[in-house]
Amino acid sequence: METFLQQTLNGLVSGSIYALVALGYTMVYGILGLINFAHGDLLMVGALVALQTVSLLSAAVPGLHPVILLIAGVATAVPVCMAVGYLIERIGYRRLRNAPRLAPLITAIGVSFLLQTLAMIIWGREFHVFPQLVSTSPMEPMAGVVVSPLQIFTIVVAFALMGGLMLLVNKSRLGRAMRATAENHRVAGLMGINANGVIAATFIIGSGLAALAGVLFASNYAIAHYAMGFTPGLKAFTAAVLGGIGNLPGAMVGGLVLGLVESFGAGYIEHLTFGFLNSSYQDIFAFVILGAVLIFRPSGLLGERVADRA
Amino acid sequence: MQLNKLIFALATASLAAGAVHAKEVVVRIGHAGPLTGPAAAFGKDGENGARLAIEDANAKGIKIGGDTVKFELVSEDDQADPRTATTVAQRLTDSGVKGVVGHVTSGASIPASRIYEQAGIPVITPSSTSPKLTQQGYKMTFRVIANDLQQGNALGKYAVDQLKAKKIAVIDDRTAYGQGLADAFANSVKTSGGQIAGREFTNDKATDFMAILTKIKAMNPDAVFYGGMDAQAAPLARQMKQLGMTAKLLTGDGGCTGEMIKMAGDALSATTFCTQAGIPLDKMPGGAAFRTQFKQRYGNDIHVYAPYAYDAMMSVIEAMKVANSVEPAKYQPALRSLAYQGVTGPVAFDDKGDIKGGSITVYNFDAGKWAPLQTIQ
Repeated sequence: METFLQQTLNGLVSGSIYALVALGYTMVYGILGLINFAHGDLLMVGALVALQTVSLLSAAVPGLHPVILLIAGVATAVPVCMAVGYLIERIGYRRLRNAPRLAPLITAIGVSFLLQTLAMIIWGREFHVFPQLVSTSPMEPMAGVVVSPLQIFTIVVAFALMGGLMLLVNKSRLGRAMRATAENHRVAGLMGINANGVIAATFIIGSGLAALAGVLFASNYAIAHYAMGFTPGLKAFTAAVLGGIGNLPGAMVGGLVLGLVESFGAGYIEHLTFGFLNSSYQDIFAFVILGAVLIFRPSGLLGERVADRA
Repeated sequence: MQLNKLIFALATASLAAGAVHAKEVVVRIGHAGPLTGPAAAFGKDGENGARLAIEDANAKGIKIGGDTVKFELVSEDDQADPRTATTVAQRLTDSGVKGVVGHVTSGASIPASRIYEQAGIPVITPSSTSPKLTQQGYKMTFRVIANDLQQGNALGKYAVDQLKAKKIAVIDDRTAYGQGLADAFANSVKTSGGQIAGREFTNDKATDFMAILTKIKAMNPDAVFYGGMDAQAAPLARQMKQLGMTAKLLTGDGGCTGEMIKMAGDALSATTFCTQAGIPLDKMPGGAAFRTQFKQRYGNDIHVYAPYAYDAMMSVIEAMKVANSVEPAKYQPALRSLAYQGVTGPVAFDDKGDIKGGSITVYNFDAGKWAPLQTIQ
């Protein structure tokens, strides 16, 4: 039982990070029908920029409180990622908006390589240590189940951001404009909505979320590296498809489900298959679930909302 | 030029003395390793070790087949790259070297070994530890350092006998290195009377080990072994601490690095152990003298593998002396049955070309660095 609860907690932590990244994929897909493969690398940019700020700041002013360092790191990583996200959209994707769908897709892969290579030139090939700004010392709320303040922090921040995004999309003027643009950006333009502005805003918000996810990811695993965005990017894309791409609650559900499936997969696959499969199949387990969901619900768990996307 | 003049002078002098039985022959021996790129420090270290051996041999004026032999080092840069390694190997064999010391990395040694095999030129690596290198059945491939199988064996035995770990969980990253090391370790634990509590797997790009660690924690093992590199071993160590696990952490040479200490930070403790092929310099029979000689000659300290490169070069020369020939086909059998006391210890090869009884050193994390605990033959 304790193991089960512990695995649930493990799944929630990784799942909430997947969900944050998945939101960025799904927002862009909802509005443009584009899978922005560079999104995972924005997570990496966010983590490395935050790391750079934190190490410069703690070298300049020794003895600063870790919370101040964390806030400073986030306060630089988010704007930098937003700017990078905006530039990617402005330079890379806007000109291709009316091109065949493959053109922006290939561009997105190119942008991903570009970001990784730039990060490699700036920060080098080696693994960097991301400082532990939130405590990781284990607490035992009940016998056998261990949780650290950092894990609670990760889950709380992720859920708060997701809630905030839902409010923004469903209640604000910008959100209404986003929903209108998602339905049809040309018609939305005719109705007086600045479609380019709304699309840029979508990229900016998604990139900001990726930056935060990057800081959470790097804090949890205490490392940062120029290629660190690839795996969580791929997982988050899977999560977005699992939940129904283009659907915001779907991305959150998909992220959490994927996190839990991975955790239980690694933990219980050996028992479930009577020792036939082991944890080297944990990723396969996640993709088998994805396959099964897509067979029975081809548009994902909560459905791909094509008619009124995002 | 100066040397040529001297030799000429000596030759004329001996001619004048009328004692001209021996002539001098030049024998070229290659060294290959990365001299540029991230692994350049290892390559340069090997080259320096090999050159020192050649200078020592020349100073002794070794006679082979009645002729005084002057050895010459031909050094090539393989950039630790498999493809460059084959080009370099071809260039060395074409230039008529009689033997090669190298390559430094397993990734370079394995493809290059085929070219030396075809050319019939013995090659001795000072530092490539992949078991695959000597499993190819090549007659010309030798290694003067313990391989990963020996490493896994030694650590498994150490864990059961010395650390008194009875239940051990094993994780590997499914790479050729990680898997090979973990298999060797698990077998050795079982033959030493320990129990493998569980076998878990990850990959060489993973950062999250919470799920498999939670599963392992429930098994309550005495120790956890990780077969893989430091980039995974470090977050693994941190997550063990985060889960409040008290089991000892054991890794092979992939986790026995300075990077590991940097990345894992306060997650390392006196219960973290790792192994490295070879022995610490201070424990080598000729270690102290070699350190002084090396420092005098090059002005800098030994990086890691220079003593092994020295022994590899000396083994070639020793085999030539025993066979009384510098021809690869003639001295190769002598290399097979070599018994030579080197700087790093006795050098003798088994039928695969691996060093017999190669040493493995177990290290323990202590006060911010890896402190050698015990060397296992």
